[in-house]
Amino acid sequence: MSNGSRQGVLEALRKAGVTALFFGRLLAACVPALARPRLIIAQIYNAGARSLIIIMLSGLFTGMVLGLQGYDLLQRFGATSALGTAAALSLLKELGPVLTALLFAGRAGTALTSEIGLMRATDQLTAMEVMAVDPMRHVAAPRFLGGLIALPLLTAIFIVIGLYGAQLVGVQMMGVDHGIFWSQMQSAIALKDVTEGVVKSVVFGAVLSLIAVNEGYHADPTAEGVGRATTRTVVASSVMTLLLDYVLTAAFL
Amino acid sequence: MDDSQPTSHPAPETDAVIDVRDVHYAIDGRPIFAGLDVRVRRGLITAVMGPSGTGKTTLLRLITGQIYADRGQVSVFGREVADMGRAELFATRRRMGMLFQNGALLTDLTVFENVAFPVRERTNLPEPLIRNLVLTKLEAVGLRGAAQLMPAELSGGMARRVALARAIVMDPEMLIYDEPFVGLDPISLGVILRLIKQMNDALGITSVVVSHDVHEIATIADHSYLISEGRVVASGSPAQLAESDSATVHQFMTGSAEGPVRFHYPAADYATELLGVEKG
Repeated sequence: MSNGSRQGVLEALRKAGVTALFFGRLLAACVPALARPRLIIAQIYNAGARSLIIIMLSGLFTGMVLGLQGYDLLQRFGATSALGTAAALSLLKELGPVLTALLFAGRAGTALTSEIGLMRATDQLTAMEVMAVDPMRHVAAPRFLGGLIALPLLTAIFIVIGLYGAQLVGVQMMGVDHGIFWSQMQSAIALKDVTEGVVKSVVFGAVLSLIAVNEGYHADPTAEGVGRATTRTVVASSVMTLLLDYVLTAAFL
Repeated sequence: MDDSQPTSHPAPETDAVIDVRDVHYAIDGRPIFAGLDVRVRRGLITAVMGPSGTGKTTLLRLITGQIYADRGQVSVFGREVADMGRAELFATRRRMGMLFQNGALLTDLTVFENVAFPVRERTNLPEPLIRNLVLTKLEAVGLRGAAQLMPAELSGGMARRVALARAIVMDPEMLIYDEPFVGLDPISLGVILRLIKQMNDALGITSVVVSHDVHEIATIADHSYLISEGRVVASGSPAQLAESDSATVHQFMTGSAEGPVRFHYPAADYATELLGVEKG
């Protein structure tokens, strides 16, 4: 192994170690942070409610595309009655959790990273430390918990709106039977399929919130440093989402 | 001081709130301090001065336990900072207030909530009491009327006064000021200067002022340290420093570009570099 790549591996390991230690401290800080529900609710609002428009719009169009593509595909086999099931399975198991996570990383993750990074750059975190207030407990933990709670909720909304979009195109425009669309879906979807989506969204919520908070907390305290940290949040979140999606899908099969 | 009872005569160090002894500290192998000695005595205003980049802010970070010395001792309120656990460190920090260079106000809270922040975090006082406490401190810095403004709506001088109100809201024994005069207009500067003096006179708060504004700080400091190249090059009352015959002190006090503290960053010969040629 060349010297350069060995340095690279060591650096990657060091970063992984720093993140793991940070995660441990973050979890420890979550317990006392629960005593301040007001702070967590504010962060659920920030990460969740403020992402609603983009999530709903994306969900609607994703569902509409599913309706269109699904109809086109299924009618070749004369199986358009399965459109409801196909759309629901795609949304519940894959598109819902993954697309919501990717949108969350772009909308809420970057906001978290830049907010915490700027707090670091303007000495706000240091000021808390010096005031004997633990910024892990006051800043990092509520944001982590807020993201962890918000992402599964956003995923649920994405899926519901997506199903409506699929129905809009499939039933209203393409003429699939309304009753068949919903009843086939109802009979074919098992609890396991729903669980898969829920587990994925919770895991994504934890990992993406951790990445965003960690990057912000360890950003270089400069304009450039905060910018770089924000970029890293999007890149790391996207890659981790797709990687974990494969792992979790394999685990559920 | 009454000297009639020799047995109770305190050793010179016993009234030291901060005692920094022979501290060595390096960042990435570059030495910041090499044998620094600073003592801050109770109830006095102590100024720490020095050219930019001499590690004045680093000294404050050592005192507040954000970083630890590579060698030497830093003790605060008679206890070694490096020996403190997290709980004791936080307990010690509760006894001090710090004013940051840019105020470091929490940008998502109003002026009122910023000042109330340490009180809410550390006590369970009832709301009316918190309100009175905060308004009293804001009145002291002349900003009671700005209580509902957001930090983004404040000028630099106002933000620093709010930060000062926040620093004193828990009635600390010691206040640390990091470059309190930087970027202030003459009026704000005079106000901050008077406030520092008032805090010290009226409340008996020990004050540490880190600054390079020699003339401003000389008007209120009881004792000054001049730091250069990692160690104290001069100390004493402002008058003593003014009379010092040390070249470094003289250069710093008069603001001259010529002297032991180099104005020019090390570089190749000027003429050679401009002409771009050395041989032919």
